[in-house]
Amino acid sequence: MSAALFSYVLGLADDTLVLGHRLSEWSGLGPTLEEDIALSNLALDLIGQARLCYSYAGEIEGQGRDEDALAYLRDEHAYLNLLLVEQPNGDFAATMVRHLLFAAFQAPYLEAVSVCAEPRLAEIAAKAAKEMAYHVRHAAEWVIRLADGTEESHARTRIALEELWMYTGEMFAMDAPVRALVAQGLAADREKIKPAWDASIDRILAQATLQRPQDRWMPLGGRQGRHTEHLGHLLAEMQVLHRAHPGAKW
Amino acid sequence: MSETPMPLWEVFIRSHSGLPHKHCGSVHAADASMALQAARDVYTRRGESISIWVVPSNLITASDPADKDQLFEPTGSKPYRHPTFYAVPDEVGHM
Repeated sequence: MSAALFSYVLGLADDTLVLGHRLSEWSGLGPTLEEDIALSNLALDLIGQARLCYSYAGEIEGQGRDEDALAYLRDEHAYLNLLLVEQPNGDFAATMVRHLLFAAFQAPYLEAVSVCAEPRLAEIAAKAAKEMAYHVRHAAEWVIRLADGTEESHARTRIALEELWMYTGEMFAMDAPVRALVAQGLAADREKIKPAWDASIDRILAQATLQRPQDRWMPLGGRQGRHTEHLGHLLAEMQVLHRAHPGAKW
Repeated sequence: MSETPMPLWEVFIRSHSGLPHKHCGSVHAADASMALQAARDVYTRRGESISIWVVPSNLITASDPADKDQLFEPTGSKPYRHPTFYAVPDEVGHM
């Protein structure tokens, strides 16, 4: 089994599961009825993508771990998601800013993966890319309205953007094993997405009357299982039911 | 804290090309793009639609139920207006 491919696919799955879980935390608490449903829809899209990736990762690993085993029985140091997606929801502005930053990367990235030479991955990515296009639109429209809204909504959006900005660098980072996969055409190049991401973000921030934050230090580590303090709590909540009743079916 | 209530929009969705848009409910949204997104999220979760229309509710003019008799009863007793003597062939599909 290709350890590099396994880690790569697992990382994709972990990104979407963690972000999907974060969005599910809004369930019943959304600012309006319509948005509550919308957030759940976004969460379900992401969790659906995670499931496909976990199933595939389990096959690559070939040790009999299915999607549940991978999602519910790994501890935080085995999770390979980006630091951005594990950040807490905060207020609605922060949730939409986090979503915009991620989706604006994920949508073009999945388009790139959908034409790579890894057929299973390309198939998963093709389906997911269509969903992500809507995620970008949804998040962008909210960020624009919140930032170009009242004084309070503008302040909250601006603060969220400034706080989350440092997690954006990690999206474009690739370690040696992933570079090797890219060289073989089995993965897409994350760095190549930067120009498209910059263009989308700049365009949306301009419409939102937001200042693009300065690029300063960008923490890494998510892909190596080194996470912020938030992931542990998230996994504890997400995994507790499964771990309390291992092997349960209903 | 005062809150301006968001306008109400009526939602119409079309499930297949050739069929009319049907009214399926309403959403509250601040403006037209958000209304379209809200309608997509609330009313098309199960693949019900290939097209959505949203219309501000206050732009709809509706007939008064009290006028039901004067508007609709006369047509009940005029069978010569109904095209019931012509069978639409199946191949025509949705007309």
